[in-house]
Amino acid sequence: MKKIKKIKIKINGKIKTIIDNSKLSELIKHLKIPLNKVAIELNEEIIEKKKIYKIKLKKNDKIEIVHFIGGG
Amino acid sequence: MVKLNKDKLKIANKKFKSRLIVGTGKYRSMSECAKAIKLSGAEIVTVAVRRVNITDKKKPLLMDYIDPKKITYLPNTAGCFNSREALRTLRLAREIGGWKLVKLEVLGDKKNLFPDMIETLKSTEVLAKEGFKVMVYCNDDPLMAKRLENSGADAIMPLAAPIGSGLGIQNKINIQIIRKQTKLPLIIDAGLGQASDATIAMELGCDGVLVNTAIAKAKKPFEMALAFKNAVIAGRQSYKSGRIDKILMGNPSSPSKGII
Repeated sequence: MKKIKKIKIKINGKIKTIIDNSKLSELIKHLKIPLNKVAIELNEEIIEKKKIYKIKLKKNDKIEIVHFIGGG
Repeated sequence: MVKLNKDKLKIANKKFKSRLIVGTGKYRSMSECAKAIKLSGAEIVTVAVRRVNITDKKKPLLMDYIDPKKITYLPNTAGCFNSREALRTLRLAREIGGWKLVKLEVLGDKKNLFPDMIETLKSTEVLAKEGFKVMVYCNDDPLMAKRLENSGADAIMPLAAPIGSGLGIQNKINIQIIRKQTKLPLIIDAGLGQASDATIAMELGCDGVLVNTAIAKAKKPFEMALAFKNAVIAGRQSYKSGRIDKILMGNPSSPSKGII
């Protein structure tokens, strides 16, 4: 049986171990992020939400997921 | 009778009945924030862009309390200290749900929170070119205000005093000069402490005021929200009514003819 390879990525500044070749959409789903209320950046590049189903995550990828909070 | 319901605040071709914009920060809870906004009558609220808490998913979301379909969200760049950070923040804000109307705020000093006008100016140019409608937090400097206008700003938002200071309007003359030179919406942003400060801003001819701390941190935020609502209306009515000239000596209100 093929061994599952795991990689480390950074999401919102925190290191997370995920299965290699996971899609960005799978990660979003796993984290239970409400997609309509956030914006996503991959390695400092904004990712259109419809494209997350095609993007495969690589080692050391840096992801930022932001939303609106209270502010002046 | 002055028909104030026809007197609307117009920003980037959008019309608003209320001339009070409120911030959503510093409240004790989301529900308190939502109630204060409702009482203030504000139709625009500023919001910040921050990381989603990926470990605590139960944390309440702002959008669950304040419906962006009913209230216009005005994403800000609070906490950004250069153009690069500000642009990144607002591009992300736009991606969240198509927000184009934004508040640009590039700070230059961590203590006094004054805007860095060089970085602000640079950012305004880029944002305007990218199709953003930019409301710009700025110094109360008429020359800088003019430059912002020429760079494509959609609203000029000079500070009354440092953010969160509650000091009220410190330089009325500058605000009046900016008012005279620009047709853009002029909105006092930052530094107000009490409702009367908002009245003064409106009486100087400003198109609106933006308030956060003065409401959120008041002992009774709901009452203060209402006070600001009324103060803005009073100030606007007063401004539109045309005040009397100032004279040095007294001028009796009762006729002198027929005195016994």
